[in-house]
Amino acid sequence: MLEINRLRAGYGEAEILKGISLTVKPGEIHGIMGPNGHGKSTMSKILIGHPAYAVTGGGVTFNGKNLLEMPPEKRALEGMFLAYQYPVEIPGVNNAEFLRMAYNEKRKHEKLEPVDPLDFDELLNAKMKFLGMDSRFKERAVNEGFSGGEKKKNEILQMALLEPKVAILDEIDSGLDIDALKVVAEGVNKLAGPGNSLMIITHYPRILQYIKPHHVHVLIRGKIVRSGGMDLAEELETTGYDSYLKEK
Amino acid sequence: MADTDKKQDISELTKREYKYGFTTDIEADVLPKGLNEQTIRAIWAKKNEPEYMLEFRLKAYRQWLTMKHPTWAHLQIDPIDFQDISYYSAPKKKEKLQSIDEVPPEILHTFEKLGIPLMEQKRLSNVAVDAVFDSVSVATTHQKKLAKQGIIFCSISEALHTHPDLVKKYLGSVVPITDNFYAALNSAVFSDGSFVYIPPDTKCPMELSTYFRINTEETGQFERTLIICDKNSSVSYIEGCTAPAFDTRQLHAAIVELVALDNADIKYSTVQNWFAGDPESGKGGIYNFVVKRGKCQGANSKISWTQIETGSAITWKYPSCVLIGDNSQGEFYSVALTTGHQQADTGTKMIHIGKNTRSVVISKGISADVASNAYRGLVRVASVAEGARNYTQCDSMLVGDKCSAHTFPYIDVGNENAQVEHEASTSKISEEQLLYFQQRGIGKEEAIRTILNGFCKDVFNQLPMEFAVEAQKLLALKLEHSVG
Ligand SMILES: Nc1ncnc2c1ncn2[C@@H]1O[C@H](COP(=O)(O)OP(=O)(O)O)[C@@H](O)[C@H]1O
Ligand SMILES: [Mg+2]
Repeated sequence: MLEINRLRAGYGEAEILKGISLTVKPGEIHGIMGPNGHGKSTMSKILIGHPAYAVTGGGVTFNGKNLLEMPPEKRALEGMFLAYQYPVEIPGVNNAEFLRMAYNEKRKHEKLEPVDPLDFDELLNAKMKFLGMDSRFKERAVNEGFSGGEKKKNEILQMALLEPKVAILDEIDSGLDIDALKVVAEGVNKLAGPGNSLMIITHYPRILQYIKPHHVHVLIRGKIVRSGGMDLAEELETTGYDSYLKEK
Repeated sequence: MADTDKKQDISELTKREYKYGFTTDIEADVLPKGLNEQTIRAIWAKKNEPEYMLEFRLKAYRQWLTMKHPTWAHLQIDPIDFQDISYYSAPKKKEKLQSIDEVPPEILHTFEKLGIPLMEQKRLSNVAVDAVFDSVSVATTHQKKLAKQGIIFCSISEALHTHPDLVKKYLGSVVPITDNFYAALNSAVFSDGSFVYIPPDTKCPMELSTYFRINTEETGQFERTLIICDKNSSVSYIEGCTAPAFDTRQLHAAIVELVALDNADIKYSTVQNWFAGDPESGKGGIYNFVVKRGKCQGANSKISWTQIETGSAITWKYPSCVLIGDNSQGEFYSVALTTGHQQADTGTKMIHIGKNTRSVVISKGISADVASNAYRGLVRVASVAEGARNYTQCDSMLVGDKCSAHTFPYIDVGNENAQVEHEASTSKISEEQLLYFQQRGIGKEEAIRTILNGFCKDVFNQLPMEFAVEAQKLLALKLEHSVG
């Protein structure tokens, strides 16, 4: 589904990703772990087509197509989704309208009729209820004044609505208390299925207790230095990243 | 993508060709360039005006000669050679038209092309239109229907003949001829414009509208609008404007005067899309220097200005309200968009004189590319204005980082019980926000449109329904560039 091949990329002059290779197959859950500042978010931004970052080498194939050639909205419509580590606030734009717009863009892409506000409202209410979100979040501006945890829930809400093929969750557990984390994890697990894949980016292994990955990778200084299964995550829980940081 | 590419990306969206830039090939009766007493006598004679108008014009002209071009605005204005402008241009065949059918087909076609059908059976059947082509009004629709209710809607030249007393009483009563440089100039040379009178106890049954079109190169347009709303009456009036794309600057220096008597309610909306000049070089475009003022003369009267300013090379205007009647209300809702090399210095004046007078000012300035956008507003509360209240909210939005926004609020309160509130904010459409939309499958243009509509919501809500839709589209068009 997603094949990252010796990807090198950076911001301005600085090269941050120094040759990353990773294959994500349908139905797989991958954990991407590593200390702060080593390129995890950069990788997610490269994948969604952030204009401030430049690819300097390697390539990415998504469903057999060259991902890097697609504009960001095309990548999204093809099923690439990022739950942001820091979702941006968009004052003046109603959250429910924004969600409906996104939902209808996807329907348009699938050659389906758009849904009207009333039908969409029903759909939205159901999803929000499941995530334990207060309905007043419909009326607020997108992410504006949301707490850290509320922003994260709003991201998962969008994921639930858009049902992406590959969802990258960047530090989705930061800012969530344990109860909220369980709700979010449950929501995410519900979306995981044989047809879609997840990439869980995290600094702390905690979330991986709730969303069990098939594969775990350690990302240090822009490179994947080790890959393994769930046991690797457990190991990191006790040892931390120190041993990786010492190796040059 | 490098940083510079990114900025280019955003500016791509703000460039778009002006689609009203065509000219109409029609023979015109044009006065030679230049301004002196002879010019004024010639205009007066051409229009066959009453004697007192010559006096009015000459007085204004002599006053104008003593005045200096104001320099206080936050604008860079190339010097204007007032001798290098023609002060009158009218399509030939100037016999008085008996009906719309006699309007030259080229002109009808021009207005059609602009989306303003003058044939009455057409789309805008609930809007009466006065179409002004260069210096003269060429057609006014729905006149007969309105006349049944005693509503007068005609060109001001016509009103000078048919209702001389009304014109004489009110012309210059809100904007005195000595008010300022451009007011004096307009009073001296104005050629035409619209006149509206709503009799007592009458709710005008349709939107009234003037559509201004500058066609001839190097012609100034100096029109004059006068709207009088008598006791217990109401009217909603809309103004729209376009001009061909010439390399040379064109001057549009209009005056709009509104008078609201007891319990009268005037709503004046403008959707301005004059040619803005070349977005790359900044060449050409309209200088839109307009004096708009309304007098809430009667008790409980209300005047509301709504303006969507998207065109012109330079926009320089302050639609204002003088709140004389007790409990009278003034409102100003504005969206001013500047892109390319456009400049705007616009805002309002709310002058509180009567008791319990209230005013609301909502201004949204949007600036993109290398454009500059200034809000300038005065709230003055006279010492006798007991219980006066004002609320001002002034928001700026920057698109890209070579443009600028400025706010110049002036507050002059002479009554200690007055409540005057001012709020201001500046925000930016960021790459991050656009990417967020895109990440959810929504294209960049749609994203910009959505963010701007959200930003301007409070103002769009004030526009008559169909014009709100037009305004949204216009804003989107101005900021859009079909990317990829
Ligand atoms: N917009 C940016 N400008 C400058 N440096 C950046 C930017 N984004 C990321 N970096 C740098 O790239 C490196 C990796 O950052 P990031 O991918 O956010 O790390 P992680 O998500 O693993 O914590 C860091 O050194 C960070 O400072
Ligand atoms: Mg990160």
